[in-house]
This record gives sequence, structure tokens and C-alpha cells, in this order.
Amino acid sequence: MASIKTKIGRRAFIKNTSLASGGLVLGFSFLNSCKPKQVAEMAVQEMPKEWFEINGYLKIGDNGLVTILSPNPEIGQNVRTSMPMIVADELEIDWKDVLVEQAPLNTDLYSWQVAGGSRSISSSWQSLRMAGATARQMLKEAAAKAWQVPVGEISAVAGKLTHEVSGNSAGYGDMASAASQIAVPEEVDLKERSEFSIIGTSRKNVDGRKIVTGQPLFGLDVQREGMLIATLAHPPAFGMQLKSFDADSAKQMPGIKDVFSLKIYDDDFKRSAFHHTAFNEVIVVLGESTWQVMQAKKALKVEWENAPEVSVGMSMFGNEMKVNFPAGLENSTNHRLKMEELNARKGKVVRKDGNPEAAFKNASKVIERSYSAPFLAHNTMEPMNFFANVTDDHAELLGPTQTPEWMEPAIAERLGLPIEKVDIMMTRQGGGFGRRLYGHFMVEVAAISQKVKAPVKLVYSREDDMSQGIYRPSYYATYRAALDADNNLTALHVKTGGIPESPLFANRFPAGALDNYLAEDWTIESNITTGAFRAPRSNFIAGAEQSFLDEVAEAAGKDPIELRLELLKRAQENPVGERNDYDAARYAGVLELVKEKSNWESGNQGMNRGVSAYFCHDSYVAQVLDIAMEKDKPVVQKVTTAIDCGIVINPDAATNLAEGGVVDGIGHAMYSAITFKDGAPEQKNFDKYRLIRHSEAPKSIETHFVQNDIDPTGLGEPPFPPIMGALANALYKATGQRHYHQPFITEKQVLG
Amino acid sequence: MATFNLNINGETKEIDVDPSTPMLWVLRDHIKLVGTKYGCGIAQCGACTIHLGDNAVRSCQLPVSAVGEQEITTIEGLSENGDHPVQKAWLEIDVPQCGYCQAGQIMTASALLKRNPHPSDTEIETAMNGNICRCGTYTRIKKAVKTAAES
Repeated sequence: MASIKTKIGRRAFIKNTSLASGGLVLGFSFLNSCKPKQVAEMAVQEMPKEWFEINGYLKIGDNGLVTILSPNPEIGQNVRTSMPMIVADELEIDWKDVLVEQAPLNTDLYSWQVAGGSRSISSSWQSLRMAGATARQMLKEAAAKAWQVPVGEISAVAGKLTHEVSGNSAGYGDMASAASQIAVPEEVDLKERSEFSIIGTSRKNVDGRKIVTGQPLFGLDVQREGMLIATLAHPPAFGMQLKSFDADSAKQMPGIKDVFSLKIYDDDFKRSAFHHTAFNEVIVVLGESTWQVMQAKKALKVEWENAPEVSVGMSMFGNEMKVNFPAGLENSTNHRLKMEELNARKGKVVRKDGNPEAAFKNASKVIERSYSAPFLAHNTMEPMNFFANVTDDHAELLGPTQTPEWMEPAIAERLGLPIEKVDIMMTRQGGGFGRRLYGHFMVEVAAISQKVKAPVKLVYSREDDMSQGIYRPSYYATYRAALDADNNLTALHVKTGGIPESPLFANRFPAGALDNYLAEDWTIESNITTGAFRAPRSNFIAGAEQSFLDEVAEAAGKDPIELRLELLKRAQENPVGERNDYDAARYAGVLELVKEKSNWESGNQGMNRGVSAYFCHDSYVAQVLDIAMEKDKPVVQKVTTAIDCGIVINPDAATNLAEGGVVDGIGHAMYSAITFKDGAPEQKNFDKYRLIRHSEAPKSIETHFVQNDIDPTGLGEPPFPPIMGALANALYKATGQRHYHQPFITEKQVLG
Repeated sequence: MATFNLNINGETKEIDVDPSTPMLWVLRDHIKLVGTKYGCGIAQCGACTIHLGDNAVRSCQLPVSAVGEQEITTIEGLSENGDHPVQKAWLEIDVPQCGYCQAGQIMTASALLKRNPHPSDTEIETAMNGNICRCGTYTRIKKAVKTAAES
């Protein structure tokens, strides 16, 4: 065992009387409405008569049942199962004796209650383990005291404390009351990896039964006595704003309580990166039921007008800046022309190694290719929504958000309430993908509830959701490679940019593997709002870079995996530059693993194969995608994925997430786009916006994890970006045509 | 407004709503059965799938006035104890990621197996093609449908 000071996150272990277990259970009444049934199904005896809170992460019942609080937002990445698994392993409790509850937002108790950056597990890995280990130690100390024996002689296994010499033994439930009175230890022992009994074993989704039986779990499912439903009308195009409206006929419609305009943020409110919203003034339609407010919205007579240029003060991770939203109604055709124009000019040099100009001048062969990708809508299956009940001195919010912690100050300021009077609770979330990092809808519903003095659930229709902004930016990139007479890659030049951000990661591979390297970028302002979308920036540049390397390998007459391994060998043995932000050995490791698992060397096995590898969110992923032509149509038969994300907590669930990344990546590269005409998105629902469907998914997906003892790194995002490159490379083998511009469907026939 | 007597999950429910109200919102807002999900409102995503008799239908496009005497089954009524073979297969394969679309997937899959107990892969793909899963659990869904068919 390794001893670890409990100092980090110590506040979590100081008993907090204001957060007594009874209060917590009350706060959870909605989500726990079917608790007795769940307990019965888990084959656990009765609910305990009393719970004893050991620390902010867990409480133990007098019958030995343990409730573990899962601190982070659950968006489908399965943290509601995997985070409690980590606590349970260190606690030494049988998994069948564990109940899981969602923890509310509590910045005193927990850190990084965010579903973002693929960091849920990595950022809480130590504190979750400490929570379990601390409780285990307190139980042991309670037993030592009761039996008058040295604590070091007591063992704790599967919820049972034993002192072999004296023959004493007791369940955790018997010692829970005494343990809750024990001082928090200064230092605790954490398990060695070989001692893990839950971490690294596959456990089913704790919400599985509720999901398959349709129990209320999601934000949209929230029901409260006296609750009203609100929906919003926002401008039909970016670059427009509200001028005036006539709600007379809407107000006369059945069930409608009120119609009014609402300003979301005050003009002088200092927004953070996550307070983004395209439309700061909207019309609220409030009524008794969802269908009624949706119908009444159609009866509104609204006049919209062109908006002026707006400059918004923003605090981006501590950097104060002004973000400019120009006036005007934008068009996709102009976007493309502008990007091509910017990309033809000299960009901002972000990194330069050696003498790329000379290398290109002396090259015997130069390859140049350009790539692009459109705006995308996140399209979580559960549209944006949130519940709020705001009274004179308190605000209760409940619903789906990836960033409760970062939205709380904005809500408090908008309501004029002290931050401690704002309570935020998360529901299970019908997808996130980055969209729910931007919680303007929480501010909106809180302001509505405060104004009408009633509990309110705000519901976006699919059209509202898809036309509201916070899109994945549109990107463009040109890659150039110089080959010498012996087909050695002597220089690489990438120039890239986007609307409104650049996707460049100048210090990632192949930087560091080449003597001559140049990376430049540029940006274009827009009034179309954008935000983080699963693996931001990587979700374009990985596919472009990995498609380009495929062409370089082809031109050099090399196997595409061998070309990458040669470059990575150079980066390991004799790296160029100081700032390379990847581990070349781990990068090569996933390529070696995918090569082995896909039987790469035994030939193409009748398939058209494409390979790709990428590093992001501290993890490494390599993928091989196999296409077969069926009746002249390319069909993805199989994807083999190799991942190095350190220790894997819940292997089957991790595999599920990696499979999802593959399907998601193929889908977006192949089919999806948001385009604009006069500022208005041309796709507002799934009749025009294409998402991948069953018949287009790979027939099989195989996932392999590198086995190592490295602390966990990201998993939700890393499998998503590289698959786009593997797809493009396999499509080339299958059809003879290279694909440069997403969605590929506009260039070539559909899959499936 | 009009009064309707609906047969939902084997029980009669009396509700007073506008006749044009889609069953999706009758179920969710009036009967408080929220397992049936809203995803698009235009029958493109399948999240709102219920059974009308033995057929899988999109409840967002089914006005309450069109239901009449026909039996409605929602995810909550698919089985008494959550032990329908399709539900059991879904748990065995651990299909869900976010879980939001899965009620609709299960209702489509269970209707498919009722009319075609041993579907081929292509038949599964065709039947399930109207149900979007944004998380990309399609390969697991297919595996679960096959598992349920074998049980």
C-alpha cells in the first residue's frame, strides 16, 4: 500500500453539519422516487434505518449498505458508475451493496464538477480514492477502539472488519455510527494497482434498469407541483435582434399564462467563456403544458431587425478580452471564399523549426492538399432544458448542465442573490458533447421563474436547439510536404484557421519529428456563436493531418503505419524543439497495438483499409477502418481501435464509449453540416440535418486498451477525432477518390 | 378541449385536452409517463416511439383524437417488472450511454421482434433506421436485438 496525505481536497473530509444526510436525501426526492424498487432489484435487504455520513462522498447505513455520491455531471460517459467504483474499491465494499446518488453542486466538497475536457476521472482520481480509503481507515479505527486492539491488526474486506487474533468481526454497518465520530486521519493508505478488486472490472450502468423501464431521470422529465412550462422565441438569423412583437393572439390561446421579452445578461455583465449566447433578448411564452406553449409561439407576430456590431467583455480562463460579433447576415458560400482567401495569405507563424523554405525549394516532390469542415450542431438527443424555482431569497435549479460550477455566479448575479442562495442539482443528461458547457438556458429559466414567481421548466424545441448557435466552428487547412529524391519527408507546412477560431495544435505530432516544420494560422470573426464540440479543434485537424500523412506515405511508397512509426522513432530518439506536447513512445505504442490487432501485416483481407492515429486529452488512439464495396457502395465492415488512456476503470463501459466515438466520428465526417443563408441556419431539424443511422454504422467495432499503470487520462473525446482520417483513407482505397471536404456525402455516395 | 378515454398500459385514463395534442405530450405532460421522449417532434428521430396495438408508432405525430379504442403501450408498460426479453437483453449488453433514445429504440425493437421473431441483420438495420442514437450505440443495439431474438 502507498501512504498518501489526505491534505489535498481535505475540505471534503471535514464533516459538514449543514449537509446532514437527511437534508441530502430530501434534496434527491425527485430522482429517488423509485428507490425501494431499485434496492430490491439490487438484491440488498432493507433500506437502513439510519445513514451515517463518513465524508462528503459516502454514507454508510446501519445495515452495511453504502451510498456513494457521484460528484460529476453524467452526460453518457458513464461517470455515475465509474466514479463510485473508484470510491468503492478503496472503501473495500462489495459493489452489490452500493447505492449511487448524484451529488449536488458543492464547490466546498468537490472539485471540477464539470463534464469537460475528458477530465472527470483524471481530475478526481486521487480524491475519489482518498474518500474511500479514508472511510475504510475510520471504520478500522472504530473497530480497534471497540475491540481494544491495535488498528494495524484489523483487516477490511468486502464490507467486513476482522481481527483474527481475538476472533472479533463486524460489518461496516455495525461500525458506521462509531466511525462517523472518528477524526479524519492525517494520512491514509491507498491500494496498489494489483489490489484493485472493482477498478478494472466491468460493471453495469447503475441507471441501466431505470433507463430501460422509462423511469424519470432526465431534465426534461422533471415534474413539480404548480410547475409552468416556458419556451423561447429567438431571432431567426444570426446578426438579427428583437425589434417588437404582438402577443395578443398568443396570449388568448388555451393554457397560456404570459408572454414577455427577456434580457438574459445585463450589458455590463462580464461573461466567461461559458456564458456564450447569440441572442441576448428573447421572447418567453409561458403556459401550462409543452404543446400549448409550442403552439402559442407559432401565433406570435414578431418583428426582427438587423443587429449592430457588438463587442462583449469576456473573461476567458482569467484573460480579460473583448470578443467582437460583427454586424451582417452571413452566408456559407462567403465563408468558404473568405477561408480560402485567408489561407492563401501569410498566416501568423506559431511554430517554425529549421529552414522549411529551403527544404521546399530543394524538394524533388511537393504535395499540397487542402481540407475543410462545416459548422456542426451538437444535437444532444435531449434538447436544452432546465427547471428553476426562484423565491425572494432562494433559487433552486435542477437539470442537465456540464458546468454547474461555472454557471452559478452568472445565475446569482442575474437574480441579485448571494451565491450561497443558489442551489444547483444535476439530472442525468441526454447527451452533452460540449453543448451543455454553455448554460445560458439556466440563467434564462432562473430569470423567468423569478419574474413570474413560480416553478418553471424551460424547454427548447429541436428547432430552437439547432438554430440557437454554439456550433462547432467551421475550419479550413492546407498541408504541404517536401520529399527528397529518396522519398524522405524533409519538411511539413500546415496553414490553418477557422470561423471564428483556429484548430492548430502547433506542438503536436508531427512537430518534433521533422527538422523543417512550419505552422501558421489565422481566424475570421463571425456573429455565429460557436463552442466546444467533442474534442474541440482536434475533431477537424486530426482527420486532415491523418489523411494528408496517408498521401505522403503513398507518394513516398511507404506503408502508412511504417511512415508514422519512423517519424515517431525520430521524435523519441532525437526530438526537434522543446515544446512537443506528446509522448512519442505511447503514440507509437497504440500504432503497434492496432497493427497487431487488425492483422495489418497479413494483408488487406479483401478489405479496403485506412489507418489513423491521434493524441488529445492526454490519451493516444490508433484506428484501422475496413471498407468493403457492396453493390458499388462503400460499407464500413469493421473498425479496430487501440487506446492508451492509462488505467481503465470500467472496461466494458469504456469500450462502449470508444465505440460511440467511432460511430460519431464516421457520422459527422460523412453526413452532418450546418449551412447558412442570410444568417439563418438552413438545417433546423433531423429532416435536413443528417446524423448517422443504424445501417450506416460499422458492422463491428473492436476496442483494445494498452495495459499499463499510468493514472487514468481522457477517454470521452480521444477516440472521436482520428476515425475521420481512417475513414477518408479507407474510402480512397475503396473508391480511388480522396475526400478533403466534410461532409463527405457531398463529395461521394452514402455509406451503407 | 375535449375529453378522451384512453387505454394506456392496460389502464383507462380520462384526460381533457385539445384534440390536436400529440400523444407524446399527453403522455408526458398530462399522464406523467415521461419514459416516452421528445427528440424532434417531426417523426425523424424515433425517441417518442410507442406501440399502438402491435405497431411501433411515433407518438409526436399521433394526435390524441386519432387513438380511439386502440391500446397504447409505452416503455413503462412494456413489461410488469422490466423483464421483457428486449429490456433484459439491453441490460445484458449494457447498451445505453446517455440513455435518452433507448426507450424509443426498445419500443421499435420489441415491435420488430413481435412481427419477426428472428430478423436478419439487414432486417434489424432497416427496422431500426428511424431511431437515432446520438451517442452511437448502434452496434450494441443490434447485438441486443439479436440476443433478445435468441431468448
